[in-house]
Amino acid sequence: MRILILLPALLCMSPAVAQQNVLSIAVIKQDREEAQPVSPLDDVITDEGLAGARLGLSDTATTGRFTGQRFQLVERRYKAGTDPTEIVRSATQDGIRFIVSLADAPETTAIAKAAEPTDTLVLNAQAPDDSLRNEACRRNLLHTIASRAMIADALAQYLVLKHWKQWFLVVGKGSGDKLLAEALRRSARKFGAEIGTEKEWTFAQGNARADTGHVALQTEIPSFTQVKDYDVLIVADETDEFGDYLDGRTARPRPVAGTQGLKATGWSPVSEQWGATQLQTRFAKQTKRRMTTIDYAAWSAVRAVGEAAIRSGSQDPERISTYMRGPDFLLSGFKGQGQSFRPWDGQMRQPILIAGPRLLVSVSPQPGFLHQRSELDTLGQDKGESRCTY
Amino acid sequence: MHILRASCVLCWLMLPAMAQAETVYVTNEQDNTVSVIDGKTLSLAATIPVGRRPRGLVLSRDLKKLYVAVGDDNRIDIVDLETRKVAGEISSGSDPEFFALHPDGQRLFIANEDDNQVSVVDLPQNKIIQEIDVGVEPEGVGISPDGRTAVATSETTSMIHLIDTQSLELIDNILVDTRPRVVQFSSDNKQIWVSSELRGTVSVFDAASRELLAKLHFEIPGVPRELVQAVGIQLSRDGSKAYVALGPANRVAEIDAKSFQVLRIYLVGQRVWHIALSPDEKRLYTANGNSSDVSLIDLEQQQTVKSIGVGRSPWGVVVAP
Repeated sequence: MRILILLPALLCMSPAVAQQNVLSIAVIKQDREEAQPVSPLDDVITDEGLAGARLGLSDTATTGRFTGQRFQLVERRYKAGTDPTEIVRSATQDGIRFIVSLADAPETTAIAKAAEPTDTLVLNAQAPDDSLRNEACRRNLLHTIASRAMIADALAQYLVLKHWKQWFLVVGKGSGDKLLAEALRRSARKFGAEIGTEKEWTFAQGNARADTGHVALQTEIPSFTQVKDYDVLIVADETDEFGDYLDGRTARPRPVAGTQGLKATGWSPVSEQWGATQLQTRFAKQTKRRMTTIDYAAWSAVRAVGEAAIRSGSQDPERISTYMRGPDFLLSGFKGQGQSFRPWDGQMRQPILIAGPRLLVSVSPQPGFLHQRSELDTLGQDKGESRCTY
Repeated sequence: MHILRASCVLCWLMLPAMAQAETVYVTNEQDNTVSVIDGKTLSLAATIPVGRRPRGLVLSRDLKKLYVAVGDDNRIDIVDLETRKVAGEISSGSDPEFFALHPDGQRLFIANEDDNQVSVVDLPQNKIIQEIDVGVEPEGVGISPDGRTAVATSETTSMIHLIDTQSLELIDNILVDTRPRVVQFSSDNKQIWVSSELRGTVSVFDAASRELLAKLHFEIPGVPRELVQAVGIQLSRDGSKAYVALGPANRVAEIDAKSFQVLRIYLVGQRVWHIALSPDEKRLYTANGNSSDVSLIDLEQQQTVKSIGVGRSPWGVVVAP
């Protein structure tokens, strides 16, 4: 009998729990084969998201120093295609109640499911899928990465403001590209733009670094883009396979926007307003590279947990989660407006940058797109249209 | 004689409230200049080239010099106000944004935004004598008029840090609303006023007990809640009024500093950042970052009476008698 009682006690002595007053946040990253970037200016990144989470922790720890609260990051990686359930189980057994997920949509769902029995909160910092905010939403799942609907709405608002309402949509072969195209069609309807032509990019991915790679592109792209006139070519190429090839090669002299060219994105290395310079500088100093959208979402996720712990003056996971989802929560995310979580689908409402390749062009929501509650809710699925039921 | 006297009375009566001998200095963040506005003519009198990204600015005690933080050059420029030229520099530590001059006129307390520190510079020695670790991205600095306490805000940590100006050590850290910007002591040393950019509030603390006395909210019909952000603060010497710049709401609030009630809201230029009262406290000058101008509020007439074009992205403003 005594042994039986002792055993669970021993199990609870794992390091994370043993350290009193330390709030542990796990970052679980799905490793994937990193593609060679199209541009020679871009680096191959192997710690995307993790680096953002680490900076989020050090920013939070500084405040914790003054409030007497301590925080730590527990990093776990797993191979794409394998099941993350076990990793989640062992983390929650160690007493971890906050998980930042760096995974695609199906694995994000698997992580949230595995975290559910212990009431562990999962913050999705990678998967932009609208399904996760609608049919597949879960009570213990929040999203700091912007949804595809938000990205598409942000771009549409800017283009409509510019009166660039005739779109030529070019969609890649990836499943994410198709989902983004769907979001763009919805945004066009929502804000009054028209997709005159839509085409799928079917060329095989060539090696751009081959000595004469540009010659083939120079003949392929003009013929591919010979369509009826349009204002702007919108490209949906989330994995950066071909979108960067389009600008400067189209049949008509028209701008390129979307996932490349004029890019709607949650974060961009070109952002320096609203104090962003400081965040970019801290990140570059720590990581020796530029901060990506996923890094930013992971930073936001860790900062959100930290902010809620500090504001609620508590290490208690339930109180922290309640505060984070509540009306008083506000994250300073260096985009000019406070960011908070939508109660109806767990999505972090946030401004979306409209970034050029070298400088920031604009930020959405655009002036004039009004909303009865928060203008940030003009981006993505609003309360009335959400299909999420907890 | 009578006529002369009468005309003189008349001229006194007709003297517009704005025709003053004061001089207004404005830092232009994107132009690397300081604009000089003549308070009499209310026009641009001069433009002084300074270092890169000028933001915080402070007058010396003898009013002969202007200290200007030039963040991208990691120093503070000393502008000679007679020649209107940069006549020297002060090593300030990395990326100085905002700073305050101690009432003794000998020391500067500087927020080093990139280093999470407040640097204390001894002016006669032109040397940093102490670096004090504070929260992430220190921004605003205020010093009590009695010279005993300095306060710095840290934007990302969302705290105010109280520093004993004798021992140069931290006395206390208080959590405040998100992204605190400007901190100012009341003239009687008893209150600390601090603005929160993202929450759009101003909190008033009792300086001794550190107790929250009041929290001011600003609601402006037709302006989205997110755009009502609180930045610059100016308190009147007699402790009766407070003025708060509301950033991208393009408004300045006038507050009864006793009852903490918002009395009225003035429309000014775009993204109003810092504000400064005239020496007689009858006028308020505002630096408007996005419209590149300075608005003048006549506090007696209770209206914004003039806009004066300056350089690109005006940030800070001070008024010399």
